[in-house]
Amino acid sequence: MTLKLIGGYPEYMRESIEMVEKTREMRIKEKEKEKELALTAEERKEVLNKFHPDYAPGGKRELRVGVNQGEIVPNEVADILEAWPALNPDEVDLNDIDYDVDILVIGGGGAGTVAALWANYEGIPAENILIATKLRHGDANSMMAQGGIQAADRPWDSPIIHYLDVLGGGHFANKHELVKALTEDAPKIIKWHEELGVMYDKDEKGNFIERWGGGTSRRRMHSAKDYTGMEIMRVIRDEARNREIPVLEFSPAVELITTEDGEIGGAILWNMETKEYYVVRAKSTVLATGGWGRLHIRGFPTTNHYGATADGLVMAYRAGARLRDLESVQYHPTGAAYPEQIVGQLITEKVRAMGATPVNKYGERFVFPMEPRDVEASMFIRECFGKGNCVKTPTGMHGIWLDSPMIEELQGEGAIHKNLDAMYRMFKKFGIDMTKDPILVFPTLHYQNGGVEINANAQVLKGNGTPYPRFFAGGEVEGGVHGKNRLMGNSLLDYNVFGRRAGISAAKVARNSGKPGKLTLKHVKLFTEEVKRINVPPERRSPILLPDYRGKRVLARKIDLPVMQ
Amino acid sequence: MGKKIELLDVDSKQIMNDIKKAASPPEEVEHWVTIYVMGKPYRVPAGLTIMKALEYAGYRFIRSSGCRAGFCGACATVYRKKGEYRFRTALACQTTVEDEMYLSQIPFVPANKATYDIDKIEPTPTTLLEYYPEIARCVSCNTCTKACPQELDVMYYIQYGIRGDIKKVAELSFDCIQCGLCTLRCPAEIQHYHMAQLARRLYGKYYQPKSKWLERRLKEINSGIYEKPYEKLEKIREDPEAIKELYYKILYEGREKENKLVEDPLEHMGED
Repeated sequence: MTLKLIGGYPEYMRESIEMVEKTREMRIKEKEKEKELALTAEERKEVLNKFHPDYAPGGKRELRVGVNQGEIVPNEVADILEAWPALNPDEVDLNDIDYDVDILVIGGGGAGTVAALWANYEGIPAENILIATKLRHGDANSMMAQGGIQAADRPWDSPIIHYLDVLGGGHFANKHELVKALTEDAPKIIKWHEELGVMYDKDEKGNFIERWGGGTSRRRMHSAKDYTGMEIMRVIRDEARNREIPVLEFSPAVELITTEDGEIGGAILWNMETKEYYVVRAKSTVLATGGWGRLHIRGFPTTNHYGATADGLVMAYRAGARLRDLESVQYHPTGAAYPEQIVGQLITEKVRAMGATPVNKYGERFVFPMEPRDVEASMFIRECFGKGNCVKTPTGMHGIWLDSPMIEELQGEGAIHKNLDAMYRMFKKFGIDMTKDPILVFPTLHYQNGGVEINANAQVLKGNGTPYPRFFAGGEVEGGVHGKNRLMGNSLLDYNVFGRRAGISAAKVARNSGKPGKLTLKHVKLFTEEVKRINVPPERRSPILLPDYRGKRVLARKIDLPVMQ
Repeated sequence: MGKKIELLDVDSKQIMNDIKKAASPPEEVEHWVTIYVMGKPYRVPAGLTIMKALEYAGYRFIRSSGCRAGFCGACATVYRKKGEYRFRTALACQTTVEDEMYLSQIPFVPANKATYDIDKIEPTPTTLLEYYPEIARCVSCNTCTKACPQELDVMYYIQYGIRGDIKKVAELSFDCIQCGLCTLRCPAEIQHYHMAQLARRLYGKYYQPKSKWLERRLKEINSGIYEKPYEKLEKIREDPEAIKELYYKILYEGREKENKLVEDPLEHMGED
């Protein structure tokens, strides 16, 4: 017997939905009053301290090796940073160079593609650039961002106000020069996208339709339906293909190559299908490997793509780069909590921006819908696990309702189809009509707020704070831009701004310098010595490249035979 | 504490453990289905997506798994159900397994993309035909539409492409995730999704009007008028309380006034 479902929901969940329906009219009438629920600074602190997974004790530990030794990071991140290198340096021959290029871009998502394009605009011929990526070109979190991209381009907004929003959202821990670059470049990026032919939502005069984002003081979210990330990514990928920039797919970097004079000189790639390695020597190297969602920090489900395993952090750390703000993890308030098939998948913030209110199982509102993400997520957890006012799914997940039918009432019939087609389609596949019924959500692991520290030229910084002349980073892998919490619409912006800056900087180096010094993997050996010191289990190796979701029953019977290896 | 939220006395660590447990897959499986992965039978829990079912069965993806949320098109899948003549298509990450599915994944779609310089190309009624002449071979069989996991009207946009209606192609194809199933199924050997990409870029670049506000802002930025305010902000940051105060002032006032706000935002920058 399978569970009987009515419109996608089991009967007992229907009872809660009825309560939501009962309060809907009143909540729509009093929509404006939701602002009164916005928390003060002290209240935010109280809620974060008790209910945010980052603040709750037991999830973190001190790093015992490397540049950031002594700093606190999530356990899952410490596990891979303190792991044995997957690659044995003695097994590769650095004298046999497979690709000798001007610029190596590690990662074929948004940041990597933008970096390659701008390096090409700066005069580096396509054939002297190489993008190496773990999955296919464009299989990245960049493709999945739904809600939008921020840029202060309306007359009553300004880059300065955008700066303040970023800073406050990031708990004032952001690096000044990076926030300045982010907010000042934002309109330039949108202009570039206009020229490339990105189909943004616009009014008939050509001005952008802009919406609220959590933690912003102005409407400045530019979107392309709820496929904003996909639309930008497929356009820039198309442009990279037009310019015939070479891409090696399913060939992730597994270790950076350093030089005798302390520089970065390329990387070792590993063809995941044939298992052979490639030596890439590059005049400049751009790290654009994205984030860490697939580490499932604190056991949370994630919105991230299959390859988000923080490989870049691991490689850069071994090479001596400094990391920052890694103790703060972003949980998106609204991941799907039901049905089981899509648990953790992103429900864009735009659903709230367009008017859907979060309510508990009794249909009561309890939070201002547009708090910064960490505050919003904490309030959801508080309502569920602190007050017990959530709905439990048949598989044991907990969640609160996001009252999506309000959107149709507030914005007119058809508003969901027109603006949230991806969401509508996702739920419809599982029998749920979000124009008629609310959807169940719970916070989900979303973003790596910190990362490899860079400067405004996107140069990676060493442990002593000086930049590597030949090593750059852009996108989720880098840190300092968002401080301890990123606002909605600033990740697409981040990868464009710093991908572009990384590409321009890398091109400058490639134009003005010769080949890097003698290649070496000495840093990997030195790091191995450090790992030896702290007693790490032999099977813990990194970068891990891909998560493992194979069933327990199969793994219990899995054996490796010493043939066909 | 303010009046809005009451203080709760809770064990935060315990809450985190409870969340972890709630989010883990249930230990006990009540309902099972049998699927055939490239012909081999496997018993998997009912209610999983095709992708998760394959993993449960012991497969570890290198290809055919990307965003796992219906946006990237990496997990195109074809299948038949036992006893049915009908050939079906799906995204493995967005489709629930059913008993007696015979499944195969499509790791790669060979298709050729035209190359062009978007700045030099001219959008005319024949542009799409020039770059993708094979669209003229469409036999209106509608197989592409039937194959589309996004349920787009693929054949319609091909027809609009033949007629040179770039806007219609752009709009109808907008939700395309470029999985390539249309192209694999097409008896006329059309490469639908590449043609549609060209149409959308032409539409975005040449048909949508440009934003004047954006132009104005760019001029301001290039003139350097924001340099001083940025410097000032850096200075204000030296006093943590002052910057917090400014932030909350702008945040709350902004939310209040956004719709009518037309004053010079630089006025908020304090002294001088």
